[in-house]
Amino acid sequence: MSDVLLKVSDVSVTIPTEQGTVHAVDNATFSINKHEVFSLIGESGSGKSILGQAIMRLLPLNAMFSGKVELGGMEISALSEKEMQKVRGKIVSSIAQNPYLAMNPGIRVGTQVAEPMQAHLGMSKEDAKSRTCQALKYFDITPPEVREREYPFQYSGGMLQRAMVAMGTAANPELIIADEPTKGVDVLKKRNIAAIFQKVASKGCAFLLITHDVGFARAMSDRIAVNYCGQIIEIAEKEPFFKEPLHPYSQALLDAVPERGMHPIPGPSPSMIEVPEGCRFHPRCPNKADRCLKNPPVVEINGRCVRCWMYA
Amino acid sequence: MLNEYFIRRVLYLVPVLIFISFMSFSLIYIAPGDPAEIMMTSPSGGYDEAAVEAFRIAHGLDQPFYIQYLNWIKNAAVGDFGYSYMSEQSVFETVLNAFENTLKLSVLALAIALVIAIPLGVVSALKHNTIVDDACRFGALLGVSIPNFWQAYLMIIFFSVIIHWLPASGFGHGTDISYMIMPAAVLGTGSAAVMVRMIRSSMLDVMGKEYIQTARGKGLSEKIVIIRHALKNALVPVITVIGLSIGFLLNGSVVVETIFGWSGIGNLVVDSILSHDYMMVQGSVLFVAVIFLLINFFVDLVYVWANPEIRYDKTS
Repeated sequence: MSDVLLKVSDVSVTIPTEQGTVHAVDNATFSINKHEVFSLIGESGSGKSILGQAIMRLLPLNAMFSGKVELGGMEISALSEKEMQKVRGKIVSSIAQNPYLAMNPGIRVGTQVAEPMQAHLGMSKEDAKSRTCQALKYFDITPPEVREREYPFQYSGGMLQRAMVAMGTAANPELIIADEPTKGVDVLKKRNIAAIFQKVASKGCAFLLITHDVGFARAMSDRIAVNYCGQIIEIAEKEPFFKEPLHPYSQALLDAVPERGMHPIPGPSPSMIEVPEGCRFHPRCPNKADRCLKNPPVVEINGRCVRCWMYA
Repeated sequence: MLNEYFIRRVLYLVPVLIFISFMSFSLIYIAPGDPAEIMMTSPSGGYDEAAVEAFRIAHGLDQPFYIQYLNWIKNAAVGDFGYSYMSEQSVFETVLNAFENTLKLSVLALAIALVIAIPLGVVSALKHNTIVDDACRFGALLGVSIPNFWQAYLMIIFFSVIIHWLPASGFGHGTDISYMIMPAAVLGTGSAAVMVRMIRSSMLDVMGKEYIQTARGKGLSEKIVIIRHALKNALVPVITVIGLSIGFLLNGSVVVETIFGWSGIGNLVVDSILSHDYMMVQGSVLFVAVIFLLINFFVDLVYVWANPEIRYDKTS
């Protein structure tokens, strides 16, 4: 398959802490095609963000990584830090959740947006500046010549979010990893973010959306992956997924959204340190059986993947 | 906006200055001992009433307190701090002269402090909880704990007595840097020790911020991330400490100046107090206070420059 952009194979991340080892990502395997919007959904604290950081190779220093990440045919998980710097921002770029925390408060917005252009496209300061103005204008930040010289605190939240997208796309990356772009954002702003992302996606950029917002994922994505307790438990095209989720957790997750009656998932979220044996969802699962105490296989059905004994 | 801030900040200085001048004048006035009697006392112990009275009238000491204060402040406003009771020399010129010496020492001391503190603080933060960090922190703890006078004598023993590289004390011709190295090093390492700890904790704080991760995510090299994205923000809270250090350095260190025979402002103040040279004490205390005020004012301006949020805030 030549149109595969990102291929993640058997990636695991563990992080030692004082309370014990956190199994943040367990054997994640998936791929994202060129121009595709791929959503990774799941509860907060289920290890989704760590997976994003693992792809960017920006994990906490004490995290243990294993597995393989390929991007555009290049095995980026084997690159040196120096080579990886040429990949970050250039081929894969990340957009953080809170623009006020993610932008440097002491540096002009224009300078920050221009940095990837100077670092990756070899642009002079002047060229990068005029390109930055174009980019700001493209994302409705006007007048760009004035806004370019302002600091993050002078921007409104929505405007700064757009500036952050301008910064993430400054060097024309092929893949953008957006971590919880709609966390703590009202409906109106959410719509704006969706519009900006669609604008970027329409130019051919692929997305990995990491979100707990099922509605947002549904509006944006081509394909969906569901993450539970550090494991991807289901991957499917959007339409069939929302029509008929296969994994009991996916079903429970969809039943928990307001439009479907807001049924809570019974039982507490499992610990990421002492993970449940066998299927990690079995303590909360309505269909649990004895076999669920053994690790379930990943089953392929009609181009979908599901990690559950029911389909084995 | 900035101009308005600047003007308001200058206006704040006025009441503070008036208060300081009043304090420095009256503190000495209420101190025990009558300068006229002390000045006119012969070595054998007795004094002549008439001569004392004449001294009082000649120096305006017979006037009521507030008249004396107003006269003093009126003259001080145009740079006339009176004349020393002892040497009969202009207080202003003497103070200025001593301050110039202290200034030379302070500039060198501050340069030494910054050159030591910034790299050590940054390295300590970047390698935190490693042996490098432990070594830096131990060094900083030593620097804070070792008394100035002891460090001064150790340096004299080593650099002057044993290897004969530097003069043990004295002033040279004022331009001879070899006389300044040891006193400036003693003062500088003391200041550096405080700054290292500040820079380390401030840098650690900044390196944990999300925008550092964003900068890395853009593919910037670690060097650019540290220098452009972290260091500038980390130094903002350190400006206060640097400003305080400058203030203390410029006010002269009596201990260091005495050991190295450096005729700076610290020595001048102490000598004048011991000899009841009131005009000199009042003049130098006021001078030092004004310098401190100006440094603080300057630090505020640097703060504004370093922190755009203050610079552009219309309400402050």
